Amino acid sequence: METIERPVVAERPAAPQADGPTLVGLGRPPYKTLFWRKLQDNLVQGFSVAALALAVGVMVWILATILIRGSEALSWDFLTTVSAPHGFKGGIGNALVGTLYVTLFAALIAVPPAICAGIWLAEFGKRSRLADTLRFSANVMMGMPSIVVGLFVYMILVVPMGANSGLAGSVALAILMFPVVMRTTEDMLMMVPDTLRESGLALGLTRCRVTLQIICRAARNGMVTGVLLAVARVSGETAPLLFTAQFAKGWPTHFFTGPTANIPVLINDYGMSNFEDLQTAGWGASLVIAALVLSINIIARVAFRDKKD
Amino acid sequence: MRASAWSDPVFRWLCMACAALCGLLMVAFFVQLAFASGEAWSRFGLNFFVSTEWDPVRHVYGALPAIAGTVCTTVIALVIALPLAFVSALFIVDAPPWLSRVLGQAVDLLAAIPSIIYGMWGLFVLVPLMDRLWVALGVDNAFGGIGLLTSSLILSLMILPYICAVMRDVLRMTPPMLRESAFGVGCTRWETARDILMRYGIRGLLGGIFIGLGRALGETMAVLFVAGNIMKVPTGLLDGCTTIAATLANNFAEAEGVQRSALFALGLILLVMAFVIQVLAQYYLRMTGAKRGEK
Repeated sequence: METIERPVVAERPAAPQADGPTLVGLGRPPYKTLFWRKLQDNLVQGFSVAALALAVGVMVWILATILIRGSEALSWDFLTTVSAPHGFKGGIGNALVGTLYVTLFAALIAVPPAICAGIWLAEFGKRSRLADTLRFSANVMMGMPSIVVGLFVYMILVVPMGANSGLAGSVALAILMFPVVMRTTEDMLMMVPDTLRESGLALGLTRCRVTLQIICRAARNGMVTGVLLAVARVSGETAPLLFTAQFAKGWPTHFFTGPTANIPVLINDYGMSNFEDLQTAGWGASLVIAALVLSINIIARVAFRDKKD
Repeated sequence: MRASAWSDPVFRWLCMACAALCGLLMVAFFVQLAFASGEAWSRFGLNFFVSTEWDPVRHVYGALPAIAGTVCTTVIALVIALPLAFVSALFIVDAPPWLSRVLGQAVDLLAAIPSIIYGMWGLFVLVPLMDRLWVALGVDNAFGGIGLLTSSLILSLMILPYICAVMRDVLRMTPPMLRESAFGVGCTRWETARDILMRYGIRGLLGGIFIGLGRALGETMAVLFVAGNIMKVPTGLLDGCTTIAATLANNFAEAEGVQRSALFALGLILLVMAFVIQVLAQYYLRMTGAKRGEK
C-alpha cells in the first residue's frame, strides 16, 4: 500500500455566535475546536510511540537480562556436562541433547502428515464443507492451551506405557506443530498460480507428481519457513513437557521408554529452586534456549523469505 | 497396473486422512478429558464450579479459585494490552515502510520469546521491582510483588505482539480510498483511525482481541512463576492467585485418584473456555477474510 501524506487539517467553520441572527438555540457547537482536535491527535501519536517503545524496550530488557545473567553460567563445560544437584558443578549437556531429540523427533512425526494435510486442503479439499471444517479445527487447535495437550498425551501415551518418556514429549510437541505446519503449507500452496498446475497436468503428469514435484517445489521456501517457525515455536514450550518428557538426571539414553531431560523443564525446576547456583544455571539455560529459538526465527525469516517481500 | 492409475487415488486418500487427523485430534481432546474427569464430575457435580475448597487431605476439590484467577488475570491483561496494541498497530501501519518493517519484526520476535523466559524474567526482575514499588508507595503488600497484577502485567506483555500483529493486518486491509476520503474531509489521523479504520475493521479487531484472550487464558509458565499459586479467589490486585493452567502444572505430577480427576476436570474447563474463545476469534476473522476475498 502506498503511504498517504499527512493531510493538512482543515479548519471547520467558525462556531455560530450566540447573538447571531440565525441558528437560534443551537447552543454550544457539537464539534471541538481545531486546537483540541490537533492536541488529541498528537497525544494519541505520542501514546502510540510510547506503546511501541515500551514493547521494544521490554524485549530489549528481557534479552539483556538473560544475556547478562546467563553469560555468567555459560562456558563450554556448562554446555557439555550433565546436570547436577545443588552444590555440585553441573551443566545442561543432557538437557540440551534431550531438547534436540524431543524437538527433532516431534518435527519428524508432525511435518510429513501436516504437509500432506496442507496439500489436501489446498489441492483437493479447496472450499468444500469438509475442508472448511478441518481448516477451522486447525485454526482452533493453534490456540489450544499447550498444557491441555500435555494432559492429553499423558493419558494416551504415558499411562499406557507406564512411564514418562521423551517420545511422549515429542508427540505433545508434534500435536502443537501439526496445525501450524498444515495451515502454512496450505497458504503457501494456494499462492502458486494455477497455470503451473495446468501445465503439469497438460504434460500428462499425474496429480500426485504435479503436486509433489511442481507445486511443492514452487512453494518450497514458504513451506520451509513455516516448518522452521513451528519448530522454533515448540522448542521453547514447557507446559506440554512437564508431564510427558519430564526430566532426567542423566543423558537421554532412554528416549522411547524413560524420562528425558530437556531445557525448558530444567529452567522451570531451577528457576523455582532456592539455590543461587541452580538459578544461575537456569539463566544460562534460558540464554541457550532463547538464542536457539530466536536464531531459528531469524534464519527462517531472512534466509527463506519470499522474494515478493 | 501402471503407477499412474493407482497413485492418484492413494495420494488423495492419504492426504485426506492426514487432514482428517486434525479434526479427530480436536474431538479426541474433548472425549479424553471428559472421560478422565468423570470421577470428579460424578462426585462434585456442578458444585465443582462454585466450591472454593481445595483440600487434598479430605479429597474435596472446587474449581472456583482457579477459574476466578484465570478470568481475572486474562481480563486485566487484556485491558492493559489492548490500547497499547491498537495504537502500536496504528503507528506501524502509518509509519514509513522501512520503520514499519523493523518494528513489525521486533514485535514478531517479542512473540517468539519462549514463555518460560517471560516467567524467569518476571520472577527475578519484575517481582522484586513491583515489591519495591509497593513498599515505596506504602501499599500493604503481603505477597511481596507476586500476585494478580504482576501476572497480568506479564501476560499483557506476552499477548501484546499477538493482538498487535492481527490488528496490523486488519488495519492494512482497509481500502486506502476510505482513509483518503476521511483525510479529505479534514479528519485528523486519530479521528480517521477512530471513526473510519476502527469501524471498518471492527470484526477483525475483535478477532485479534479473542486471539489474545485465548493466548492469555492458556498461558502456563509465566503465570506459574509469578502468580503465587494460592488456591483462593483473589480479592485485590495484589493478592496471590492461581490459574487453571498453573494449578495443573503445579499439582498434576503428584496427584492421585480424585485429585487427578479433579485436575482433568479443570483441564476440561480450560479447554472449553479456550475453544469458545477460539471459535469467536475465527468467526470474526473469517468475516473479515471473506470481505477481503470478495474484492
